[in-house]
Amino acid sequence: MAEHAPLIEFSGICFAYPGGPPVLRDVDFTFSGEDRIGLLAPNGSGKTTFFHLIMGLLKPQAGTIRIFGKPVQKERDFVAVRRKIGLLFQDSDDQLFCPTVLEDVAFGPLNMGRSRREAVQISRDMLLSLGLDGYEDRITYQLSGGEKRLVALAAVLAMGPRVLLLDEPLTGLDEKTRAVIYQYLPACGLPYMIISHDLDFLLSATTTLYTLESGRLVPDTRIHVHLHEHAHVLGDRPHKHT
Amino acid sequence: MISEPFAAGTSFFHRMEPRIRIVCALVYSIAVAVCVSFPPVVLALLFSVLMTGAARLNPGLLFRRIAVVNIFILFFWLVLPFTYDGDPLFRVAGLAVTRQGVAFAALLTLKSNAIILGLVALVATMSFVTMGHALGRLGLPDKLVNLLLMTYRYIFVIEAEYGRIVRAVKIRGFVPRTSLHAYKTYAYIVGMLFVKASERAERVYGAMQCRGFKGKFYTLSRLPFSRGSWVFAGVMGGMIVCIACLEICGNG
Repeated sequence: MAEHAPLIEFSGICFAYPGGPPVLRDVDFTFSGEDRIGLLAPNGSGKTTFFHLIMGLLKPQAGTIRIFGKPVQKERDFVAVRRKIGLLFQDSDDQLFCPTVLEDVAFGPLNMGRSRREAVQISRDMLLSLGLDGYEDRITYQLSGGEKRLVALAAVLAMGPRVLLLDEPLTGLDEKTRAVIYQYLPACGLPYMIISHDLDFLLSATTTLYTLESGRLVPDTRIHVHLHEHAHVLGDRPHKHT
Repeated sequence: MISEPFAAGTSFFHRMEPRIRIVCALVYSIAVAVCVSFPPVVLALLFSVLMTGAARLNPGLLFRRIAVVNIFILFFWLVLPFTYDGDPLFRVAGLAVTRQGVAFAALLTLKSNAIILGLVALVATMSFVTMGHALGRLGLPDKLVNLLLMTYRYIFVIEAEYGRIVRAVKIRGFVPRTSLHAYKTYAYIVGMLFVKASERAERVYGAMQCRGFKGKFYTLSRLPFSRGSWVFAGVMGGMIVCIACLEICGNG
């Protein structure tokens, strides 16, 4: 596959929940090999739905999804997709279902047919790289919110995904855990898409911003995220800009 | 929250192969439960006390556990001696206390304590997770084992969700009363809990699919049979035969 061939392509995707208004209307979208996209849109506008469509957890009513160049439609097609795209859920409690941390992280590799020894090795390495060494035998439900998020991330990364989808990865985290994710993502070398309401984070971690507007996914042209420095009199006192 | 105070330990019992422990506990409990004479039950109680001693459990906690069981047994003592047919020993407020009734209540007490202590030493010394995997290896269907482990994992999440709903109701001034409003509120709480639990189940299943779940759980834990475990299984088998012999001889 060429370096910049589209990894994920949506064309004419429509989706509505049963009995509800359309969430996505005729969405066209292309995600390429080096993209780092931020998705910033109001609550309830369909961001999470969009991610779940990519993973095949929801099926569109119209349109075609192509992933790694191949059209995906049936459950069978998505089984292969899920091995290559890692989705970090909004609520880590949904993602950590095994009793202990090591079992949870090893769950993906074991499902992918790795041997027990390999799965344990991969999981330990992953935990170590996220600063979670020593957590192997901790009970998942007893972890703090931040620890849960990091373990969930380790679990996603342990499958060796080629693309990451992160659904509000920073929401509800303390400074320490935020810092780990802040540093890890840009350095991980994978293309990713992030749903977040945190502009500072999107600025440092992504290159393009998208938004969802009345069911359409569009590049965000209204918000230009940028840092600027300026000097003025009495600048050391708290002040407002108009 | 289900705490497992006895599961952490390093005694011989903690290190023993969990499948052997579960099978021994099961057979031992049944053997003790079917006894109807005193000698085998007393022997079993002594053996159980010996086992809990060897498992080196926190005596205070153990005492509290046993106390809870014996509170239930207290109710047998309040009823059985008065209601069992037999020779009256003495009378309390015009009601005859029968010798057979007292004997039966005493037998029940000894049996229950012997079984509970045996279970504490053998089964409570393993974590819930280990027990789930061991049951799976013993041939319990995968679906039941998964149900057990998932329940254990999510019961706390559901409990936390229940706590959140109840707090939300309380901070808006809800006081439980015998009124239609209160009944309706409780119905909403229960309904909401079901809705949330089922939605969470869907999300969890989605997360499992994302990680390649195809209906089978793989376990990381390996459960090696050590020689000590087999020796213990032998001792336990001998003990159960002794109990059975005493019981049969006593009745024959």
